[in-house]
Amino acid sequence: MARTIIPIGPYHPLQEEPSFFTLTVEGERVVAVDVELGYNHRGIEKLSERKTFDQSTFLVERICGICSTSHPFAYTRAVEDIISLEVPQRAKYIRTIIAEGERIHSHLLWLGLAGHFLGYNTVYMWAWKLREEVLDAMEVLSGNRNNYAMFKPGGVRRDIKASDIPGVIKKIDSIIPTLVMLKKAVMDDPVLGARTKGIGILTKEDAINYAALGPTSRASGVARDVRKDCPYGAYDRVNWEMIVTQNGDVFDKLVVRVLETFESVKIIKHCLLNLPNGEIDAKIKNIPPGEGIGHIEAPRGEAFHYVRSDGTNRPVRHKMRAPTFMNLPTYKATVIGQTISDATIIFAAIDPCYSCTERMTVRNTKGKKLYNGEDLIRLSQEKTAKIKSKLGVK
Amino acid sequence: MNIKLKALLKSPWVFHLSTGSCNNCDIEILDCLTPRFDIERFGMILAGSIKHADVLLVTGSGNRKSMERVKKLYDQIPKPCLVVAIGECALSRGMFIHSYNCPVPIDKVIPVDAYIPGCPPKPEAIIAGAVKLIEKLKKNVK
Repeated sequence: MARTIIPIGPYHPLQEEPSFFTLTVEGERVVAVDVELGYNHRGIEKLSERKTFDQSTFLVERICGICSTSHPFAYTRAVEDIISLEVPQRAKYIRTIIAEGERIHSHLLWLGLAGHFLGYNTVYMWAWKLREEVLDAMEVLSGNRNNYAMFKPGGVRRDIKASDIPGVIKKIDSIIPTLVMLKKAVMDDPVLGARTKGIGILTKEDAINYAALGPTSRASGVARDVRKDCPYGAYDRVNWEMIVTQNGDVFDKLVVRVLETFESVKIIKHCLLNLPNGEIDAKIKNIPPGEGIGHIEAPRGEAFHYVRSDGTNRPVRHKMRAPTFMNLPTYKATVIGQTISDATIIFAAIDPCYSCTERMTVRNTKGKKLYNGEDLIRLSQEKTAKIKSKLGVK
Repeated sequence: MNIKLKALLKSPWVFHLSTGSCNNCDIEILDCLTPRFDIERFGMILAGSIKHADVLLVTGSGNRKSMERVKKLYDQIPKPCLVVAIGECALSRGMFIHSYNCPVPIDKVIPVDAYIPGCPPKPEAIIAGAVKLIEKLKKNVK
């Protein structure tokens, strides 16, 4: 059958971020998929090297607006790993509260967008209306709706006032009835079921082979969650469950996210009610030479940061890996063989975040050839040879 | 009065353009459309294609790769049109001013009519900005 290539993007109403997809189709069936990124690359890893350890916290916060807690959390843990520092208990609890608040609003945001893609604008409006309550609670705790700026290496920047706690708990509790209603509406709806069940299946094998992370892997039956596997913050002190489903289709990814929201509410409430007293900041004086890693469970999966210090006040190297980087290749396993109309929701099912993913770019002004790793090494060697011949050095 | 401009101010349809932002401003723009803020009461809805839009909402710090597309897209939007830069990155590149991949601010590439500061600007700020812009234009037109 004749093959047709459908270009989508880079500016399309499907996602708020620019991304370019090329779908090769035979009739209605997708036979190949290609993703081109780079519209969001801002050179954050390099920028981080010219900022001090404290300033970098605010920079990594702006990697992604939705994960604006996950990246600082992973980064501060990496810096604390260099000095093997134990953060005060109260700071750990506050960090957990903020991280879970972010998870709720991120999952609700995804649920709304998924509803929008499927033609259910009611779900979109309800989910986002509900999300506002969470953002209000976060505004009380941190002073901003997004970009909370609560983190710093060694602890947190702001304390939670005892007088704020009842109000925040009331706000968080108030979303439960609507969330239950939304859960029923989404999970029992026959049309939504028909659109999502058995669509874009990521098998357990594929999830392991592609090293999928977060809700994408948990929906495929891979019980992988940094919060359980390698507890940080206050997660080991709270009683909560990891949500794992078996089918790996879009519906299961949806179920995982909806049910995780309930767990997050549980964690926030527990942490707020059992907030220990004491310091909120370990007051780091200086950072010795060394390297550290920090990884945490972001709403989309594991966010990973690596920081190397040479004893000055700036990181020499700062490497980050966002969950979408691992989840994006699973398109190869999920989209191929599906119809074009289902491709939209399958693309959206991993909750892609390109501004997180784009850490490296290859530029070529002639627009003829893209350089790969080998080419870059060759070019570098050629330059050295040129300089050598210029200077007359052999 | 210019009939085109009069029609534009009645129900300005917006097209949202991210030039390498962190998503926050984009999410807040979408937030404006949802029930709490409901920017639709000013006649604004999000247009799927730039050819249907009257207002261009630009966010982000102006990445090299996307800036070429921004120019192309600006040529496609029916004129007269309005351009609103939203968020600190779109105004001055903010934190990314020293980045190798964000060479120029957006207003050096396309003409910008209104600036809404904030990182990210609250939905209230976006609505206030939009209303101020419309009011100002109405005064000028009369």
